[in-house]
Amino acid sequence: MTTATERSAPKPEFTDAEAGAKVFPDSTARRYNYYTPQKRKQTHYEDVTVEVQPDPRHYLSQGWLYGFSDGIGGYPLEWTALKAWGSDRPVPERFPGSGGKGYDWPAHGWHEFRDPNEEWELTLYRYNANVVRQINQNVETARQSKAFEQWNPNWVTFVERNVGAWMHVEHGLGLYLFANANRRAPTNMHNNAISVNSMHRIRFAQDLALYNLTLSEEIDSFDGAAHIETWNSDPAWQGVRRVAEQLTGIDDWAEAIFAANIVFEPLVGELFRSHLVQQASPGNGDFVTPTVVGAGEYDYSERDLRYTKAMFQLLTSDKEFADHNVGLLNQWLSTWTERALAAARELQPLWSQPDAKPPRFEDGLDRAKSRFSGILSELNLQDPKELTK
Amino acid sequence: MSRQSVAKAHEKIQELAWEPLYHKPVSQYGTDYTFQKAQKKDPLKQVLRSYFPMQEEKDHRVYGASDGAIRGNMFRQVQERWLEWQKLFLSIIPLPEISAARAMPLLFNTVPNPELHNGQAIQMIDEVRHSTIQQNLKRLYMNNYIDPAGFNSSLRNFQNDYCGTIGRQFAEGFITGDAITAASIYLTIVAETAFTNTLFVAMPAEAAANGDYLLPTVFHSVQSDESRHISNGYATLLMALADEGNHQLLERDLRYAWWNNHRVVDAAIGTFIEYGTKDRRKDRESYAEMWRRWIYDDYYRSYLVPLEKYGLVIPHDLIEESWNQIWNKGYVHEVAQFFATGWLANYWRIDAMTDKDFEWFEYKYPGWYDKYGAWWENYSRLATPNGHNPIALEDVDYVYPARCWVCMVPCLVREDMVMAEVDGQMRTYCHEACRWTDTVAFRPTFQGRETPNMGQLIGKREWETLYHGWNWADVVSDMGYVRDDGKTLVAQPHLDLDPKKMWTLDHLRRCPPLGSPNVVLNEMSPDEQKAYHADYIRQGPAGRPAPATA
Repeated sequence: MTTATERSAPKPEFTDAEAGAKVFPDSTARRYNYYTPQKRKQTHYEDVTVEVQPDPRHYLSQGWLYGFSDGIGGYPLEWTALKAWGSDRPVPERFPGSGGKGYDWPAHGWHEFRDPNEEWELTLYRYNANVVRQINQNVETARQSKAFEQWNPNWVTFVERNVGAWMHVEHGLGLYLFANANRRAPTNMHNNAISVNSMHRIRFAQDLALYNLTLSEEIDSFDGAAHIETWNSDPAWQGVRRVAEQLTGIDDWAEAIFAANIVFEPLVGELFRSHLVQQASPGNGDFVTPTVVGAGEYDYSERDLRYTKAMFQLLTSDKEFADHNVGLLNQWLSTWTERALAAARELQPLWSQPDAKPPRFEDGLDRAKSRFSGILSELNLQDPKELTK
Repeated sequence: MSRQSVAKAHEKIQELAWEPLYHKPVSQYGTDYTFQKAQKKDPLKQVLRSYFPMQEEKDHRVYGASDGAIRGNMFRQVQERWLEWQKLFLSIIPLPEISAARAMPLLFNTVPNPELHNGQAIQMIDEVRHSTIQQNLKRLYMNNYIDPAGFNSSLRNFQNDYCGTIGRQFAEGFITGDAITAASIYLTIVAETAFTNTLFVAMPAEAAANGDYLLPTVFHSVQSDESRHISNGYATLLMALADEGNHQLLERDLRYAWWNNHRVVDAAIGTFIEYGTKDRRKDRESYAEMWRRWIYDDYYRSYLVPLEKYGLVIPHDLIEESWNQIWNKGYVHEVAQFFATGWLANYWRIDAMTDKDFEWFEYKYPGWYDKYGAWWENYSRLATPNGHNPIALEDVDYVYPARCWVCMVPCLVREDMVMAEVDGQMRTYCHEACRWTDTVAFRPTFQGRETPNMGQLIGKREWETLYHGWNWADVVSDMGYVRDDGKTLVAQPHLDLDPKKMWTLDHLRRCPPLGSPNVVLNEMSPDEQKAYHADYIRQGPAGRPAPATA
């Protein structure tokens, strides 16, 4: 007969350590007390986001501990030329006996930004998981129903070259502009919103690449590598490529976000996606591509543009630096509108490639410009003169 | 999920990368490393089409467990001793996580391999996940645990408390300085590959033993992402090793990163696991035993040592010295004793050790009671206010320590303390390895070689300096560690929530002022400084004054 030895395991114990079990100072103080909410109540998003990235201007009493080789640490406000109220006040001096207090929270206006999409991990995974599931189902249904057989031959060429080429824009900006900028902005709210934007871009790039792979498998004549040659040497695409590369070369993080989401996207991105691909697809027998491209379009128009507008609205209506910011944004508008429009015009030959023609290029461009003007007016910015050239 | 194989899909997404034809991406971070020779494949083979649903599924499990914990009244079984230390841990950890996200762009231009950038972007968003999921866990504790104080003030307190400052190195080390030193060697090769084992695996096990199954739920979910990040680091390390000119820098960075991680992580996690638990089963592993398994065997012997054949110079001496510190020199016990000494400058409550704890410590660390027992008995004796001062200001055979300029943990193993005059200031270091980090590693030249991209140690690195000469009541008020009645301290040296037994600002008002060891040291003459050092290294263990000389 064998005897069982008692297993070694921690014993549960009744501790009564739950909320409300006792009354004492702070026993009901159940909210984060170190920041002021944007609205009346603190939101879940604010609770998981605000103040994670410290700031020596308010609570960070010992300052940043590690610096680059020039001795600069943390997230310098000077990494953009834009300013929020309070930006010019010096970091409080700390010395023997100085105490640790800085300026009252928030110390400067950068901390007032909240992402209207309220993105944090729960929301971003739910959203993107839904998108990729829906895209997979759409493409799979199309495959099973032999939908690609309805495409006319010219449309096959159009998709393999041009829809394919757009994946490079998304990938390049997603990584080298947006992911790069997530190190640069002064608050956690900015940087989290930017990193989510980055993942939208990279995901959309991959959506297009994997769609391209499916088409290679389903359509005999589909050249899965044509997008590379198009991106590298098709003259119609070199303007877009030139601007995309210029965008990744911007040092000022706010200029990069502004140039990409306020200027480039409405004038080039939506022009290509909404006013060409989405319009031309149905007439050419293609109901699948719009669902893939539409997901990326929604990312931008309903989410990424939304946070970007909120970010810059604060700056153009800043109580201390509104004029400074508007002046600078106008300079950026002038520079990037000219570049974006030049790239847009170089795309014009694409409008004549499908057999079933989309609405005219000039009509699409007018609509894109009108949309762009609308965005600028929401930011209290004027149309740049380059828009009418 | 998809009919296309992961390998095929991954191969396809490599077509996304392109070399610039007209304009180069902005270059904002530098490195002294070179990557001339090796190309390395992306080890992750992760495609976002499968990544997002996978993460969403992991979230379902985490949030399902969170609901279950509340509905099942988990907090009726949670040990307060344990959860109080989470006020410190969960105030620290969201910043290192988000800093890891911010660190990824440092590698984009410096590691010229677009295939790796895919993995780095996924790591970036993983880290956003970790930071916000941990903030959410803390929020849940704040809402459901008996004492929300310290959780509710968490991120303000983390930013102005000396413990938070120690922990902050584990974040700032990722995002500044030489890009490879920071975002690759310190972050992925050492912090994530070695020390997340104790952070995210060993510690959650201890949480479960203390009635908290939410910490394991969240942190095991986090740890399941870490394996990807470890692969990122490994791929970059192999690329770096291919250029012989990097070997000298790798040796420097491994020494710095290893020692700093040991000083910071072992101090914090060792204290949580050994002094935050009520589980005193003799067959449960001590922190030393966990360290030996997770870090010495799994990391050092299984991961690092095999890299020696590729030319990696491994800091064997520092790894053995870390073990020596933990096992022979009582590093974790000294730190826990210091945290408890300085309870009044914290924002959580620290429970006293009991006879049952003493028995366990003596069993796991023979000789523990002779060193630390009497002090912990004094801690219990002085726990509730009764006309005396907090223990730090009473005579209990404890000399308040100097702080290490580099790791910012005080110089607790007294015999190891060294000093150096740097930039016109006399500084104290807890160990020769920390002195080397300041005076040799973090400099623009290293062993005669120009290292213009190496970072700098900056900031007010001794917390006490800020409050030199202040009354303790003013110190605590200035930091904001006061409850909503305007006088009761957030911190307490016991777990009794009876307001009559809790310390208030009035109790602190009558204490002598706070003095900064570093300010005082720098007011001394050279001879006095020499004598101070000679006395200091004769102090201890357990902070005892130096024995009287004959």
